[in-house]
Amino acid sequence: MEAFEYTAPKTIADAVAALASKGDQARALAGGTDLLVQLRGGRRRAQLVVDVKGVPELNQISYSARTGLTLGAAVPCCLVYQNKSVASAYPGLIDPASLIGSIQIQGRATIGGNLCNSAPSGDSIPAIIALGGVCNIAGSGGKTRQVPAEQFCTGPGRNVLQPGELLVSIHLPPPAANSGANYQRFIPRNEMDIAVAGVGTSVVLDSSKRNFVSARIALASVAPTPVFAKKAGDSLAGKPVSDAAIEEAAKLAMADAKPIDDMRGTIKQRTHLVGVLTRRTLQTAIKRARGE
Amino acid sequence: MPGLVHVQTTINGNEVNFLCEPRQSLLECLRDVLGMTGTKEGCNDGNCGACTVLLDGRIVTSCLVLGVEAQGRQITTIEGLATPQGLHPLQQAFLEQAALQCGICTPGFIMASKALLDKEPEADEGRIRHWLAGNLCRCTGYDKIVRAVLQAEDMIKAKK
Ligand SMILES: Cc1cc2nc3c(=O)[nH]c(=O)nc-3n(C[C@H](O)[C@H](O)[C@H](O)COP(=O)(O)OP(=O)(O)OC[C@H]3O[C@@H](n4cnc5c(N)ncnc54)[C@H](O)[C@@H]3O)c2cc1C
Ligand code: FES
Ligand code: FES
Repeated sequence: MEAFEYTAPKTIADAVAALASKGDQARALAGGTDLLVQLRGGRRRAQLVVDVKGVPELNQISYSARTGLTLGAAVPCCLVYQNKSVASAYPGLIDPASLIGSIQIQGRATIGGNLCNSAPSGDSIPAIIALGGVCNIAGSGGKTRQVPAEQFCTGPGRNVLQPGELLVSIHLPPPAANSGANYQRFIPRNEMDIAVAGVGTSVVLDSSKRNFVSARIALASVAPTPVFAKKAGDSLAGKPVSDAAIEEAAKLAMADAKPIDDMRGTIKQRTHLVGVLTRRTLQTAIKRARGE
Repeated sequence: MPGLVHVQTTINGNEVNFLCEPRQSLLECLRDVLGMTGTKEGCNDGNCGACTVLLDGRIVTSCLVLGVEAQGRQITTIEGLATPQGLHPLQQAFLEQAALQCGICTPGFIMASKALLDKEPEADEGRIRHWLAGNLCRCTGYDKIVRAVLQAEDMIKAKK
């Protein structure tokens, strides 16, 4: 790895100032499971590495049924799935948190880092989009802004963060009554691989639990960024829960997938997988919404 | 060039001070700066688990931790497992089950297994295999490793 300087600020203001001092030559360090691999491989360069794990706001994990979840950008996956109230309120977030890497990786890797790394295959991103997540961003001079998760990534490894900006936390709205969510990916083995395709869905059912009120669907590994398949989710709103409605949503999700052929999979296989995974995740989300 | 940083940390219960460059991984610091070569380097990119150590009680791949991040933390490495009274039950069980050939993966497997057994002393085979999915072994085919972990569970139970 090429030499860099290291700083571990204790406040948002200091972290932002450190990042701003070196512009695009400064990188935030959360779990390091992407960043250190990229620095070592020469795929990214940094003169300054800003370890953001000492900033209290980035370590918070606070949930209430009234306000939802605020998940600090530096909270490792293991603390997400070990948190009982978060695990019961957001099983659709626990799915990717317990899929990313190995137990070793989950001890370090963060959901915030997964978003900021902005890989099309980032497993947590479709789940966060499906759950209606919003990114809380801090900039210099105490400025803050909120960006919906579906607008955060702008290209492979690129996102809306400007040099000097810091992702502070991700906010998820409180789960609606009769709602459920799920994320699944396809990989050729059981663990430790990059998604050939992934789908995250969330549904809200009415009080009879027989009709969709609304749904959100998002896709991984089938475009330069994670894809918010809005039409597919919206197609379910107001419809009775049925195989036909799910099939229709799966077709619309497939239409939104713009995958490429590469060593992990072909366009044909990936598009097919989007259909399969949309059906499966909707079925699981519906079960969860019904408390089954 | 950035200078050397002083790091004060606790390794296997002992206070340790060392100097390192910010770019050096905890794995490099353990092996090259401190001469603690029990922790192995396999892939150097988080995939093989050979470099697994405990950081504040949690297993991590030390190739993806910076040495400077060790400041004020608690680290346990393979060197911290045996006591003057003898080997750790996992070490003994790996020997008795012949759960290694070249041995490069062994310290990582033992550290990962220790973290599991500390929390879940009765983990079953499925759980053990899942937990150890981040540790690769090119020699044994894994069965002997899983058998060794199961044997270590029995040994630990029998001691209590
Ligand atoms: C062996 C292995 C297996 C993996 N398996 C998976 C997998 O199954 N699925 C998957 O999706 N990923 C996987 N990954 C990739 C990686 O673990 C995840 O993307 C992880 O969530 C990254 O989080 P991190 O905290 O380690 O990020 P870091 O590496 O610390 O940071 C990632 C990027 O985000 C930036 N960043 C981090 N935090 C902030 C912040 N608060 N504000 C602004 N920028 C920030 C960094 O500068 C860097 O560019 C794997 C990696 C390894 C090494
Ligand atoms: S050397 Fe660290 S995981 Fe392979
Ligand atoms: S014993 Fe050789 S890699 Fe496991």
